[in-house]
Amino acid sequence: MISEPALDRLSAMFQGPDVTGTRYQLLSVLGRGGMGVVYLARDTVLDREVALKIVERPSEDANEARILARLEHPGIVPVHDFGELPDGRLFYAMKRVRGDRLDRWMASGRDLSERLGVFLRVCETVAFAHAHGVVHRDLKPENVMVGEFGEVLVLDWGVATTPSQSAASQRRIVGTTEYMAPEQARGEAVDHRADVFALGAMLESIAELAPVLAIARKARSDEPASRYQDVQSLAADVSRFLAGRAVEAHRERLVDRLARFGRRYRLPILLVLTYLVARILLLWLVRV
Amino acid sequence: MCAFPATRHSIVAAMRGTQPDDRRAAFDALVTAYWKPVFKYVRLKWHASAEDAADLTQGFFLKAYEKDFFSAFDASRARFRTYLRTCLDGFVANARKADARLKRGGGVTLIPIDFGEAERELQQQAIDRVDDFEAYFRREWLRSLFACAAGRLREACVARNREDRFAVFEQYDLAPDDRDRPTYAELARRLRLSQAEVTNELAAARREFRRLVLEALREQCGSDEEFEAESQALSG
Repeated sequence: MISEPALDRLSAMFQGPDVTGTRYQLLSVLGRGGMGVVYLARDTVLDREVALKIVERPSEDANEARILARLEHPGIVPVHDFGELPDGRLFYAMKRVRGDRLDRWMASGRDLSERLGVFLRVCETVAFAHAHGVVHRDLKPENVMVGEFGEVLVLDWGVATTPSQSAASQRRIVGTTEYMAPEQARGEAVDHRADVFALGAMLESIAELAPVLAIARKARSDEPASRYQDVQSLAADVSRFLAGRAVEAHRERLVDRLARFGRRYRLPILLVLTYLVARILLLWLVRV
Repeated sequence: MCAFPATRHSIVAAMRGTQPDDRRAAFDALVTAYWKPVFKYVRLKWHASAEDAADLTQGFFLKAYEKDFFSAFDASRARFRTYLRTCLDGFVANARKADARLKRGGGVTLIPIDFGEAERELQQQAIDRVDDFEAYFRREWLRSLFACAAGRLREACVARNREDRFAVFEQYDLAPDDRDRPTYAELARRLRLSQAEVTNELAAARREFRRLVLEALREQCGSDEEFEAESQALSG
């Protein structure tokens, strides 16, 4: 029988990772992702704080580290170091980003253009990943960080897939139900349009205006073929909305079109109206 | 010994399969993983005598096999361990109501179960009372899971002529009492290894043990999500 002290000893092997022999000293837990735990750690050689991700799942190997290493982009946290702990778990050290998760950042009262600006930055990063054949598969506000210098970072690429992965691992059902495309939830192989779906779900939580909701709804259509076919097209429609132009996903009524025209040309319209009122007033004064 | 199906797929999924041989192998594996936690749980929660608990444990698995209890398990609603415990409580409550003595056997021969061993363990544990039976059942299940992985580690080490590796692990990490735990230097003397070899073998054995525990855990989970949650719970 495994005695009580032995049971506690063996359980402890699964709890705190053993970083003996590495250059890192664990400080606290920053968060738990799909595939492991992220610790705030001190790099004792360079004397700086890093985010140290410890990967629990042995079969996933270094999926995320390899993906991050090949995606050099300002919206993706760079990996500094990678290795194996004495207990067999894998670790990789990443830049420590200070800031807020997107869901908390939005809760602190940001205006619509600011929120959509961040969304477009997320789209840029995801489009970059897609161009390199990487599908994130778990996009949600909790996996986006808005840094203290305004940088926008897409995190947690632990369940992302690349074209070189096996069909079975591409079909594994992972992700977050609320943001998961139907084909992903059914365990089918997914392509970049699963991320378009998740971005649509994120967009829905960002703004409640009719044109934005129409964009979100199109992005999260059940059928991949009915969605925007790439992230750039989705971002282009959001940009059109921000510029006060008609969006592709939303058929406008005349009154909507007039309202949008009014919003877009508010200043010239005000100037013309002021001029006309002044002119009428002058004419009336001259007559009197 | 912990006999899990060679395919290393989820036993819960395999029990829903259409091939009788696969279903039977999966069921045997399930009994192997759970019989001890079930026996001890029935003894303590239901205040059953050792003999009654043995009958109830056999009867429970027998009925589960005959009535296909576990194929109704829905991984999206509960953990398999919780589902099994709920089925067990229902079974024991009904058996008590019917006041029926459960017969062993009954057409299906379950894998040999040494209830005497489980009873001796229970006496060694000398538990006065249990306040949280869910936590108790989980701890006993964990003990069973670790015992299974340790058994597999022993087999793997023997197969690769690495008996020293298992000996280091057994004497250092499986030592029954902290006071009996040898130092690295003592272990090196006992096993005629250098101290560096002891630490290297121990690190390798722990690495392999962790892998085997996660492998066994995956087999006992009904879905990837359940495995994810269980492995996170294991990590504290």
